[in-house]
Amino acid sequence: MERLSTPEILEREIASCTSSFNDKLSGKGGKRAVLICGGTGCIANGSEDLVEEFRRLIKEKGLDYRVTCNHVGCFGFCSQGPFVKIFPEDTLYRKVTIKDVARIVEEDLIGGRIVEDLLYVDPVTHEKVARQDDINFYKKQKRISLHGCSLINPDFLEEALGYDGFKALKKVLTTMKPQDVIDEVLKSGLRGRGGAGFPTGRKWSFAAAVKSDKKYIVCNGDEGDPGAFMDRSILEGNPFEVIEGMMIAGYAFGADEGYFYVRAEYPIAVERLQRAIKDMEEVGLLGDNILGTGFNFRVHLREGAGAFVCGEETALLNSIEGKRGMPRPRPPFPAVKGLWGKPTCVNNVETLAQVPYIIRVGAEEYAKTGTEGSKGTKVFALGGKINNVGLVEVPMGTTLRTLIYDIGGGIPGGKKFKAIQTGGPSGGCLTEEDLDTPIDYDTLVARGSMMGSGGAIVMDEDNCMVDVALFYMDFICSESCGKCTPCRIGTKRLHEMLTTIVNGTATEKTLEDMEHLAEVTQKGSLCALGQTAANPILSTMRKFPEEYRAHVEEKRCPAHVCKKLTRYKIVPELCKKCSLCARNCPVQCISGVPGKEPYHIDQSRCIKCGACMAGCRFHAIVKE
Amino acid sequence: MALRSEAKKDIVAICASHKEEPSPLMIILEEIQRKYGYIPIEAQELVSEETGIPLAEIYGVVTFYNFFSLTPKGKYVVGVCLGTACYVKNSQAVLDEFEKLLGIKPGQTSDDGLFTIEALRCIGACALAPAVSINGKVYPMVQPGQVAGLIAECRAKEEA
Repeated sequence: MERLSTPEILEREIASCTSSFNDKLSGKGGKRAVLICGGTGCIANGSEDLVEEFRRLIKEKGLDYRVTCNHVGCFGFCSQGPFVKIFPEDTLYRKVTIKDVARIVEEDLIGGRIVEDLLYVDPVTHEKVARQDDINFYKKQKRISLHGCSLINPDFLEEALGYDGFKALKKVLTTMKPQDVIDEVLKSGLRGRGGAGFPTGRKWSFAAAVKSDKKYIVCNGDEGDPGAFMDRSILEGNPFEVIEGMMIAGYAFGADEGYFYVRAEYPIAVERLQRAIKDMEEVGLLGDNILGTGFNFRVHLREGAGAFVCGEETALLNSIEGKRGMPRPRPPFPAVKGLWGKPTCVNNVETLAQVPYIIRVGAEEYAKTGTEGSKGTKVFALGGKINNVGLVEVPMGTTLRTLIYDIGGGIPGGKKFKAIQTGGPSGGCLTEEDLDTPIDYDTLVARGSMMGSGGAIVMDEDNCMVDVALFYMDFICSESCGKCTPCRIGTKRLHEMLTTIVNGTATEKTLEDMEHLAEVTQKGSLCALGQTAANPILSTMRKFPEEYRAHVEEKRCPAHVCKKLTRYKIVPELCKKCSLCARNCPVQCISGVPGKEPYHIDQSRCIKCGACMAGCRFHAIVKE
Repeated sequence: MALRSEAKKDIVAICASHKEEPSPLMIILEEIQRKYGYIPIEAQELVSEETGIPLAEIYGVVTFYNFFSLTPKGKYVVGVCLGTACYVKNSQAVLDEFEKLLGIKPGQTSDDGLFTIEALRCIGACALAPAVSINGKVYPMVQPGQVAGLIAECRAKEEA
C-alpha cells in the first residue's frame, strides 16, 4: 500500500479496499470466501489447523482462483466453535473438525450443497439453522464494539479499511476541531466500559483543560476480571478499531502518544496489536503529520505481568512506569497528573472501540440505542452454567431474562437458575427477582451489583453461594497489593471468617462481625479493589441469607459443595453390593461384603473425595 | 550461583536494547523471564548494575507480579484455570488431581524438573471451561479423569 499521506489518498484507499472486501464476500465473479474463527477459544479447539487444511485442499482441487480462506476474529458463540463461515451464502458451520474439511470442500465449495449435519441445531425447535443471523444467539445482538470481529482478517490493514476502518479518523482530522470531538462524545452519552461508567467525554474534557507540553492516552487492556474476555476478543478481532479510537481520543484532548497495556496472558491479542501498529506506521497512519494534517501520534505496547490491581488506572500507570503496580492516592487525578506526571486519560478497550462508531454515525444516532442514563451497547461474557457460553453484545437496557434465556439458551441439564454474578470480584449477584430488570450501569448498582467489565457468570442450584463468596475473597486476598491496611488485613480476615463458615465452625457472631468488617473495608480502602472487595459477600448475604444460616446454624451446605459440611452416604436399598466403591476409596473407609452385605461409609475416616460416588454405576451413593 | 557468561552477555544486551525507553524495567524483566523462565537474584543484580535502578526496587517489582518467578520452572508448565467460569464448573477438582498425581502444590516444581503447576486466574477461554494450559497450549473441558492422560502425554514426549 502506498503511504497514506493525504486525506485524498486515504479516501481512495478506503474506496478500493471496500470494493475488494465487498467483492470477496458478495460472490462477485463466482468468488467464495471461507472465514474461520481465529479467536483464542477456537484456536484452542484446532481452528488454525482448519485454515491450513482448507488452503491445502483448495489448492489441490484447483479452486484457488476463486476461493479464499483466512482466519477472522471471534464469532462470540464460543461453546459451538470452531466456526467456519462460507460467503456469499453466509452459511455457518459449527464444531468443525479437521475431518470435516474435505466434505465442506467437496459438497459445498464444489457441489454447492450445504453440509447439513454441521449446521447449528436450535435446542428448542430442533431445526437446523444455516445462516448466522437466523440463530437466536445472534438475533438480539447489536455489534458496535465487536464491529468487524468475525468478518475481517485482523492481520491486514486492507481488510480494516474495507470495513469502515479509519473513516472516523479522517472525519475527525479533516472536519472537526478537538472540542467538537469532545462535545460529540459527551452528547453520545458514552460511559467508560471498564466498570465504573464514568462519562468518557467528561474525562477527556478534564485532560483537555490542563495545559501541558505532553499528554498521554492509555488504553486499559488489563482485563483481570476472571470470566470476562471481551477486551481480548476485540483486540484479537479488530485491533485497528481500538487504535483508531485511541487516536481520536488523543486528538480530542491533545495527546500525541498512546500506550496499550495488555495482559501478557493474551499472546494472540498482543501479537495482532503489534502487527497492526507496525502496519499503520509503515503507511504513515501513525507517526508525524498524519494525513498531512499536522497531527502526530505514536503508539506503544506494554504487557501486564499478572496483577489484577493493575486494572485500577493509577496502579496501571505505575506499572507502565516500571514500578510495583500499586494505586496512587487521588487527587491528583490522572487527567491532571498521570503517566510520568503528565496529564493522562485511561480508557478501556471497549470504550475506545465504541468511539469510531459514534463519530461515523453521529452522537444522536448512537444515543438512540440504550437507556436514559446508559447509551449504546455493552459486551457481556456469558459463562458458567449456561448453554450458549460466549461473547454477546446487546443494547443497554436488555433484560437479564433475554440475556440468559433468549441469547444464552438457558441453563443446561434442566437445572434451576440460581444467580448471575456481574462485575466479577467487585460486583454482586442477581437472582430470579432481578430477571426482568433492564440492565444498565444504574439499575445494576440499584440492585446491589455493578456492570464491571461485563463478566456474567451464571450459577445453578448446584453452586453454593457461600463457596462463591469465598472464591472471590480468595482471589481478592491474593491480589490485594498490600498498600493500605483496610484492604490488606480486611480481606484476609474476611477470608478467614468465610472459611470458618464453610468449615462449620462459625457462630452467629461471625456473621455480624463479617458484615461489620465488610463495611469497614468498603469505606476505608484506598482504591476500587478494596472498596468493592466485600461486594460479593454483602450481596450473597443479602440475597441468600438462608444459605448462610444453614451453614452457620445447621452446619449444612444446601448445595452439597462445602466438603466439611457434606456427607457421602450409600443408600442400602440401591446398593448392588458390587464392592466397586470400596475398591475406589483411597482411604479404605468403605466396608461391606461383596454380593451379601450392602456397603457402608465410615464417616469418621471419609476424606470426602467423591471417588465412590463418581464410580458407582447404580447411583446408590448420595450427598447430604 | 554465578551467571554463565553467555547469560550475562545476554542480559547486558537486553538492558542496552531498551536504553531509549522511559522506565524500561518491566520490559527488561519480561524479556529475561520469557527467555530463561525465571529471574534469579544474580540476574537482578546485573540489571541493577546496567540500569542504575536500585536492587531493592527491582526485587520489589519481581516479587509483585505473578508473571515473574525467582526459581526455575519445570519443562512443562501446567496451568489450571481457576477463573470464575472454570471454577463454577469444578476446575478445583482438576487442580486437585494434578496436585495428587504430581505430588506438588501450585507454584511448585516436581523434583525431576519436568512439571510446574500453576493456578491461573482466567485465561479468557471461558467457553472451554474447565480449561488447562500446558506450555501455553489450551486443553478444553478437562475432567479430573483426563489428568493422568495429560501427564502421560508429556512424559511420553520426554521418552521419545
